[in-house]
Amino acid sequence: MLVYVIRRLMQSIVVLFVMSALVFVGVYAIGNPVDILINPQADQEDIERAIKGLGLDKPLWEQYLVFLQRAAAGDLGKSFAFNVPAIQLILERMPATLELATAAMVIAIVLGIPLGLLAGLKPESLGARTIMAGSILGFSLPTFWVGLMLIMVFSVHLGWLPSNGRGPTTDLLGIPVSFLSWAGLRHLVLPATNLALFNLALVIRLTRSGTREAMLQDYVKYARAKGLSDARVIGVHVLKNISIPIVTVTGLQFGALIAFAIVTESIFAWPGMGKLLIDSINVLDRPVIVAYLLIIVTLFIAINLAVDLLYSVLDPRVRLADAKG
Amino acid sequence: MIRPLARPVLAAFALASGLAGAADLRIGMSADVTSIDPHFVNITPNNNVAWHLFEALTHVDADARLVPGLAESWRAVDATTWEFKLRRGVKFHDGSELTAEDVAFSIDRPATLAASPGPFTTFTRPIVSKQLVDRHTIRVKTAAPYAMVPYDLNSIFIVSKKAAAGASTEDFNTGKAAIGTGPYRLARFARGERVELVRNDAYWGARPAWDKVILRIVPSDGPRVSALLADEFDAIEYVPTPDLKRIRSTPRFRLEQKVSWRTIFFTMDQRDAAPGVTDKDGRPLSPNPLRDPRVREAIAKAINRQAIVDRVMDGAAMPASNLVAPPVFGHVASLKPEAYDVEGARKLLTAAGHPAGFTMTLAAPNNRYLNDEQVAQAVAQMLARVGIEAKVTTMPLAAYFPKARALEFPFAMLGWGSFSGDLALRSLVMSHDADRGTGAWNWGRYSNPQVDRLVTQALATVDEGKREALAREAMTAAMSDRPVLLLHHQLATWAMRRDLAYAARTDEYTLAHHFRPATKDEPRR
Repeated sequence: MLVYVIRRLMQSIVVLFVMSALVFVGVYAIGNPVDILINPQADQEDIERAIKGLGLDKPLWEQYLVFLQRAAAGDLGKSFAFNVPAIQLILERMPATLELATAAMVIAIVLGIPLGLLAGLKPESLGARTIMAGSILGFSLPTFWVGLMLIMVFSVHLGWLPSNGRGPTTDLLGIPVSFLSWAGLRHLVLPATNLALFNLALVIRLTRSGTREAMLQDYVKYARAKGLSDARVIGVHVLKNISIPIVTVTGLQFGALIAFAIVTESIFAWPGMGKLLIDSINVLDRPVIVAYLLIIVTLFIAINLAVDLLYSVLDPRVRLADAKG
Repeated sequence: MIRPLARPVLAAFALASGLAGAADLRIGMSADVTSIDPHFVNITPNNNVAWHLFEALTHVDADARLVPGLAESWRAVDATTWEFKLRRGVKFHDGSELTAEDVAFSIDRPATLAASPGPFTTFTRPIVSKQLVDRHTIRVKTAAPYAMVPYDLNSIFIVSKKAAAGASTEDFNTGKAAIGTGPYRLARFARGERVELVRNDAYWGARPAWDKVILRIVPSDGPRVSALLADEFDAIEYVPTPDLKRIRSTPRFRLEQKVSWRTIFFTMDQRDAAPGVTDKDGRPLSPNPLRDPRVREAIAKAINRQAIVDRVMDGAAMPASNLVAPPVFGHVASLKPEAYDVEGARKLLTAAGHPAGFTMTLAAPNNRYLNDEQVAQAVAQMLARVGIEAKVTTMPLAAYFPKARALEFPFAMLGWGSFSGDLALRSLVMSHDADRGTGAWNWGRYSNPQVDRLVTQALATVDEGKREALAREAMTAAMSDRPVLLLHHQLATWAMRRDLAYAARTDEYTLAHHFRPATKDEPRR
């Protein structure tokens, strides 16, 4: 187990290394932020001085070496556009994104598993058909369109919920969160629902197909024959057996939610990391882009590791030490 | 259906609370603010916030004309010396008095911030020395006669020396060092989200109507408009053109519009060989057709500017005849936009030896100017009618500017906002000369000795009347040669609650202190 975790961490470092080099070369190939942010009246001397001031006049390999040196000391550089450490910029926005992604995941799981079970247990019923039809919509409608529709209906026409922004935050264990206050919750509902829809559909479909398959298995028949109640058969035996694919997918999707909440964050003006990334790409703010991607890669690695570890809890047959990679 | 009933009640309540004196203003802003430090990077969203907290020696009015700011008067003592008399009794937010020392400090500060992608040093570099005559008088000297000092100092915000000495960007962001003389004080800066301001009750100028101002940052167009429709914002800037009709037809909102100083045009590569300009079979053309004034005239005649304004811009633009918009210093009113004339364009192309036209790349950004991509498509279609096949390539600004500045595009869209005609000509039309700092954005490498001479002369003339005459002469000379393809001046648009009014500005700034409760007979636009 320990060997397994250590090996995974070693691989991660290689991935981070490659990632940072790729971003460096990629952003370098596009250009530099001075071309975009310099004021129109500036002449060549101003432009060259600004490029020099940011250290962008040096050859690429030298810039990268400087970056590696500082990164080794935990300093990923200052944002060109904000003039504050890139890490600080990202970390101050991370709670907002994590809160949004978590809320979306909770909605997806809390609604998705019961609905999926319902659809799987009585597949021919009207309710099941309705749920499945709804899940197709959840899959196929583009996020930005649904987001705008939610705003038009619930904010503009009905006036029930705020259309954008994050509510007031309170500190929970030193992390600013907004879901503890009524105003904060009201701000959270629409974006979280918007972000949850795709995953809700996914969880419903996974649960349904898993349930249908499991209900035909011998152990279910055996449990029934033993005289166990329906609640116990479904709630314990079936649910536990179908949970592996659900955990895998939701685990991966959680990472995706964090990394790609960009669309939802833009539509609802949610002050998260996704918006920061887009803004930074727009002005070629390389330190922020690099730091963001490094953090996201780290996050993905951590989530995958957590998912793998969860497997062994859910299914004792899985032995991590035996797994190669 | 709850809303329509509730609205009159809410409106009445808002009005009543307005009378009681507790008035808040919430504005939806279109771009992210990166820093509160007014000297760090010279970009519009940052400056827009800075204009609430800080002020400069000179201000510009709604027509982008220079007016007194913290300096109540200024004059040229001799050709290279400018004297500014400070307004007396102006207090910083911390209660200390504005003195010439703060001004000198503020002029020096931009050069000390080395790591800036868009430094303010452009405006401070011409100043070679300063002299504090007394507590309220400062003289600055330039190396050569330079008329633009009062204009340049409009870009330098005056900070309190006591608060800003040694302060970091973070000190400004937290508000500790953000001590200015402006009509508002910083209450909170939540990066990427909002800027909260409170009224500076000790302000020397007209008392702003709002106790508290919240500038909410919502860069996406649709959501910004939705928030206005949902009554979460009182006003928004940069109304997307497709929404203009809808807002105009909704009685509880009004629009304020004004011609912006941003002129949209295409640069045309006029070097001996232009990359991407070929004959119809793909062979490079020599000589470069864009060097021929007849070809440039043909291109100008091929464009139906009114159609672009009406159809693509939904009316939020006006056809351009100058590099600068009508209210701006140095605009020549007698110049008229080129008339749309397909036949004339064809004849000119034939006369220039291109009866079958030619092929070229037409480049434009797709996230910078109002409807930039659609405008590029429209121009390409109009060029096709006279036989010029323009291959449209659009890309985000981040990729576009570096390529355009490397002169990779023969025909490239650019938008420009300038204080004055001579300044615009210096950057865009004067011969490219790195040493003299002219033609920095002259992507076409156009060169005309007569224009060079007139602009140089204008910029060295300290008498405003003479200078404007020279600037106009230079503009007329340049435009007759069509160094660039002029399209239109954008209109800047603000949408707001019906009971508000805004003094719409050519410089496009959204200033909370220029919003006020509307009077009864305010026209609805």
